Amino acid sequence: MHTSSSVQIDALLEPNEKLLASLETNLDEALRFSSHFLFLTDRRLFSTRDGKEWRNLEGLDLAREEHGGVGRIELKSDVLIETWRYTMDRDADAQRLVKRFSGWFEEEEDGAIEKEIPVSSLTLFRLSRFAKPYRVALFSGFMLTLASTASSMVAPYLSMPLMDKVLIPFQNGIPIDRTRVAFYLSGLFLSALAAWGLGWARTYLLARVSERMGADLRVETFRHLQTLSLEYFGAKRTGDLIARIGSETDRINVFLSLHLLDFATDLLMMLMTAAILFSINPWLALVTLLPLPFIAWMIHYVRDKLKHGFEQADRVWSEITNVLADTIPGIRVVKAFAQEAREVERFAAANAHNLEVNDRVNRVWSLFGPSVTLLTEIGLLVVWIFGIKEISDKTITVGMLTAFLAYITRFYTRLDSMSRIVSVTQKAAAGAKRIFDILDHVSSVPESANPVPVGRLKGEISIRDVAFRYGSRRILRGIDLDISPGEMVGLVGHSGSGKSTLVNLICRFFDAAEGQILVDGKDIRSLSLAEYRSNIGLVLQEPFLFFGTIAENIAYGKPGATRKEIVEAARAAHAHEFILRLPLGYDSLVGERGQSLSGGERQRISIARALLIDPRILILDEATSSVDTETELEIQGALENLVKGRTTIAIAHRLSTLGMADRLVVMDHGKIVEIGSHDQLIAREGAYYRLYQAQAKQLDGEENG
Amino acid sequence: MAEYRLEKDAMGRLVYVSREGTRLEGVNPVRAFPLTSPDAGIALVSREGHELEWIDSIEAIDEANRALIVECLIQREFLPQIIRIEGITGPSVPNIWRVATDRGATSFRLKSEDDIRRIGRSTVIIAGEGGVNFLIRNISDLDRQSRKLLARFLS
Ligand SMILES: Nc1ncnc2c1ncn2[C@@H]1O[C@H](COP(=O)(O)OP(=O)(O)OP(=O)(O)O)[C@@H](O)[C@H]1O
Ligand SMILES: [Mg+2]
Repeated sequence: MHTSSSVQIDALLEPNEKLLASLETNLDEALRFSSHFLFLTDRRLFSTRDGKEWRNLEGLDLAREEHGGVGRIELKSDVLIETWRYTMDRDADAQRLVKRFSGWFEEEEDGAIEKEIPVSSLTLFRLSRFAKPYRVALFSGFMLTLASTASSMVAPYLSMPLMDKVLIPFQNGIPIDRTRVAFYLSGLFLSALAAWGLGWARTYLLARVSERMGADLRVETFRHLQTLSLEYFGAKRTGDLIARIGSETDRINVFLSLHLLDFATDLLMMLMTAAILFSINPWLALVTLLPLPFIAWMIHYVRDKLKHGFEQADRVWSEITNVLADTIPGIRVVKAFAQEAREVERFAAANAHNLEVNDRVNRVWSLFGPSVTLLTEIGLLVVWIFGIKEISDKTITVGMLTAFLAYITRFYTRLDSMSRIVSVTQKAAAGAKRIFDILDHVSSVPESANPVPVGRLKGEISIRDVAFRYGSRRILRGIDLDISPGEMVGLVGHSGSGKSTLVNLICRFFDAAEGQILVDGKDIRSLSLAEYRSNIGLVLQEPFLFFGTIAENIAYGKPGATRKEIVEAARAAHAHEFILRLPLGYDSLVGERGQSLSGGERQRISIARALLIDPRILILDEATSSVDTETELEIQGALENLVKGRTTIAIAHRLSTLGMADRLVVMDHGKIVEIGSHDQLIAREGAYYRLYQAQAKQLDGEENG
Repeated sequence: MAEYRLEKDAMGRLVYVSREGTRLEGVNPVRAFPLTSPDAGIALVSREGHELEWIDSIEAIDEANRALIVECLIQREFLPQIIRIEGITGPSVPNIWRVATDRGATSFRLKSEDDIRRIGRSTVIIAGEGGVNFLIRNISDLDRQSRKLLARFLS
């Protein structure tokens, strides 16, 4: 929601006062933009416009109205008390406000409140939910990291006595003590061996775990995505979603298995190094570690600079994927309209944008690495200076200085690579945020808290005063319709009159904004969604086939279907014979989205698919629009049997298709204007009559011409 | 209970004699699931492509008709099964595959990796450039060498 409102509101609330709903009433009387808020709390209704508040809400009524894209909230008793206006993008808030107002006392939980989470690396901690199943492995991995890092610290330590007790005495004329040398050298070798073995075990174990976490994350995101409503998919772009689930999860995965692991190792090494250095010589250690705070500060600084850059870069990347996801499926349209050049331009533009954003990021970023290197070189210089002075003062030995230099050279080279963690963490956090955007999204057609189990429905549908809008556009209003079990209803009306939308509501792809839809006397919002939908057979205006064989596509709604059932469904849909004509019969692959079939063939397959699940409610949205008249007659013959005993809602433009409908429902501009049988409606000479006349004339024309 | 009868006419075509005694020449048996279950679901189809009879399983046909149907199927169907992949020229498509099939040794040109398709878990169908489909009914039945060669092109 709007972060600004949450910022302001805390200051406005009394102690312990609970906010129930809020609305930004962002238009004033003269419809100029002005930012004010209307709050409903558990104590009062409160407006920031003039500071008015109403504590006693008894006898007051809050109503919402809309005209010309402007929403109006009216507070009234017997008279109008107050009016607020807002733009329709705030309408969801307004509806919530009104709803909460009328059910003011009820402590109803409204799950749809979304939180805006700023991208911070903290987002990554939310991933810990996915780490939980792997606690044991992660802990062992950590222990292995500890052990392998420790064993890699041994080498410089052994170089100290090697220098002080063997080499320097030798320069001063004392012969080399062979057993001593052998002891130190084998120590060096063994520690290297141990570091190798432990490092291998650790990398393997942790990479395995993070790979699994990444897979879990991916599957979980996809699972959640599948539960989201059509509204969500309508507002999102395919390419963007593909990018999120595909590459973002992978990026997080790489981050966990590679970068975070390295970083943890480095951090451990630094801590151990610091401890060792201090134990050898505190003063020298202090000097050595001096540049560290500077580097840390720099890292912090750059981190801030890069944060937005990387987020933007991600978005631009989605933009590129979007162009691909748009044009590749739509390639026939592109070619038909000869728009290849334009699409290339669009793609190039997205790429140019990508370059621009990345260039900006890289400008800061490229400076960062060399600066760290410079600081470390300066650090080394300081150690040399201080070390030489100390040696000349005889406070430390040459061996100590070499050990120090060996340690901190490593230390600093790691610092350099550690600094890389800044960017990868930022990138991974941005990725995690975009994934949690999906995971945090609550479906707008939520499964009811305790869903009523649905067995086999009778198929009685009653639609009570239903209204619906897409965004600010009112599509349906005041729809009342009762359909008895087994009845066939034909929906007719002009294109865009809301037929498909009504059907979408019945399928619960969207929830009605007002009114309710009852099936067998129960509100469909209370039913278990999956069980409810398994009672519905749907054949869409644009049939969609999945990549796979014809048999698989027909059996999509019932994966366990036998071959016999599949063939029967296909036969009923008049698809059987054309399928037999294909070289591989039911085993033929239909290609992505069924490209290798004609429109009518695709439709018949999707009819078979709907029939196979033996639905109680059959919905045919222009199911026969792309077959020829002969085939349509054939399918109609088949439908006659199928429709029997099922509640059927058929949408058709060709009115002749609806010959067997018990009743026809005529829609116009989102309203039902007429209901009746064909003959009744013709006799009335109303909207249906006009539609019918127009089609009859057209048919005549075709025959004569 | 032979409700219909099949005959073979002088041209070697299958003739369908219905219960009422009408004769239809040039009918063809067609497998509905040639890959996933070739012996279940066979349709007798007229020359115009209309279904005349549906046979649930090849065993369900009575003796006399079955022989004719099987004979006709063998003549009509050409879906060589790959038994062994002898060699593939070149590391990437297009390339020539030398294979041993149940219908003898042959080679074909593979134009694109998309022409290798998995059907179900273990069945693979390879469409050669010449339009012939080659079938591998079960990948695990291939020897190791063939499997290795196939794996380079199969996702
Ligand atoms: N996802 C959407 N977002 C916004 N508006 C939409 C959406 N889907 C449909 N509409 C609008 O809703 C109106 C009704 O659409 P609907 O698909 O219900 O029409 P229809 O009666 O089925 O038309 P047709 O006969 O052409 O299929 C149309 O004006 C359309 O522009
Ligand atoms: Mg429609």
